Amino acid sequence: MIKVQNLTKDYGHLRAVDNISFTIPKSGIIGILGPNGAGKTTTLKMMTCFMPPTEGTVFIDEKNIYQNSVEIRKMIGYLPEGCPIYTEMNVVDFLYFIAELRDIPKDSVNRRVKEMIDSCGLEEVVGKEIGELSKGYRQRVGLAAALIHDPEILILDEPTSGLDPNQIAEIRSLIKQLGKEKTVLVSTHILSEVEAICERVIIIDRGKIVADASLEEIQSSFHNQNRIYFEIQSKKDADILPEFEAIKGVESLQLFSKHEEDMITKFFINYSKDMDIRPELYNFIKKNKDWTILEMRTEQHSLEDIFRQLTEKGEEVAHA
Amino acid sequence: MHNIITIAKREIKSYFFTPVAYILMTIFLLITGWFFGSELFLVNEATMRNIFALTPLIFIFFIPAVTMRSISEEKRSGTIELICTSPVKDSEIVLGKFFAAFSLLVATIFSTIIYVIILLILGKPDGGVIVAGYIGLLFMGSAYASIGIFASTISKNQIVSFIVSFFIIMVLYLLDKFMYFIPTWLGSILQYISVDYHFQNIARGVIDSRDIIYYLSLIFVFLFFAWNSLTKRKYLST
Repeated sequence: MIKVQNLTKDYGHLRAVDNISFTIPKSGIIGILGPNGAGKTTTLKMMTCFMPPTEGTVFIDEKNIYQNSVEIRKMIGYLPEGCPIYTEMNVVDFLYFIAELRDIPKDSVNRRVKEMIDSCGLEEVVGKEIGELSKGYRQRVGLAAALIHDPEILILDEPTSGLDPNQIAEIRSLIKQLGKEKTVLVSTHILSEVEAICERVIIIDRGKIVADASLEEIQSSFHNQNRIYFEIQSKKDADILPEFEAIKGVESLQLFSKHEEDMITKFFINYSKDMDIRPELYNFIKKNKDWTILEMRTEQHSLEDIFRQLTEKGEEVAHA
Repeated sequence: MHNIITIAKREIKSYFFTPVAYILMTIFLLITGWFFGSELFLVNEATMRNIFALTPLIFIFFIPAVTMRSISEEKRSGTIELICTSPVKDSEIVLGKFFAAFSLLVATIFSTIIYVIILLILGKPDGGVIVAGYIGLLFMGSAYASIGIFASTISKNQIVSFIVSFFIIMVLYLLDKFMYFIPTWLGSILQYISVDYHFQNIARGVIDSRDIIYYLSLIFVFLFFAWNSLTKRKYLST
């Protein structure tokens, strides 16, 4: 269990992390989300005992980063931002070096290194110099190094930045696999990443937690309204929007675009969450012979909207 | 201890993976070889005196060049985060780096043993002075190395590290070279602080505990500074 208590970090006059507290129970994947410079990396650096907080503390299984720093470091596997590794070493040498630093018993070193090479898909590059590897492979070497001592907690700082879509998918599925038995903390500024792998999200902005809840909770707390997107072609006049106002349950209309030549109107209808007006809408449009529905779909408030709303306002919302 | 060895081993390997070690050792042997040869063949003397007089000067360049990257490169590339978040103490990192530089130093110094062999074949050199000279070189070189390690902790930039360690060593070396211009009471203090003075004592063949203690305390002080500067990241921004 990880318990972060009132964590604060000042860099000179700049407060990078401001009184952050959260608790993470055993296992699962937790995303730390925030725009660049929000304090994610600083928070992780303090949790991994790279630097101490200005105030506050972190407990891991009742162990404290001040008193039990070495023990905590033994429990954590950490992939720092940008995945720094010794570029002049070759992959196997590097893994043996990390294994030695991590005090892996002599009789299981060979086995562990081999397991890491298998599970991180490094067979093809074992003998190569790390400096020659592609970014995706380098990231995997970093991940192998973070995992070699089989830590209970895995902290990954932007593990997929700079990778191509295939590599991202691979790393994500690897992380998902790991999340089944370990606590995995992933920091990222990429929203789709959080949606793809995380069970819980902690959104940080300007050093403060602005939201901390499961993915569904965050999304549903923003769903006071439902939203439908329409694309309708009209045979006569293109100005069809006002006619929808009369329908019961419609709260507001929002024009997206209007093409005068082919008389296509694209717009959104917002309606209250409590009643489903979709059948009514459909029947209404069907009655009007001049109209053809080209498209009709429910719009989700995407995490992106939520993220933007939360981090731009910088207010404390949706604290579950 | 285990961690110190692990870090030192990796560092030594990286000296030899990059051309640093080869270039420095070659240059060192070229310079000393020229002076050795000229003394032996032109002056016809079977001594290492010239080499022992010259090496402290060469080391002023040589050792900062060896140590300049040791920690600053880790800081620049971010690998410092990798080793500082593994269960390794900061003091172990500093000592590991120091022993790596020390090993390269030993290898370099003892590559000149070939000169001693030549002397033994061609003449009758004074064995005691030569052994003392080597001991002196080891102590002095280690002291320089500890200064170099300290300098490499203060910046991400290798050039800065080089210049800082070069400067500190240069000052310590030159301290007893201005004896004529200063009052005697100050002179004896400066002389005691100067690295070269103690080396010349040892190189004469007199191994005095004062000189050994001087070098050991210099090594200790600068390694302590290095440790202190490395843990600074914990109190200041990096």
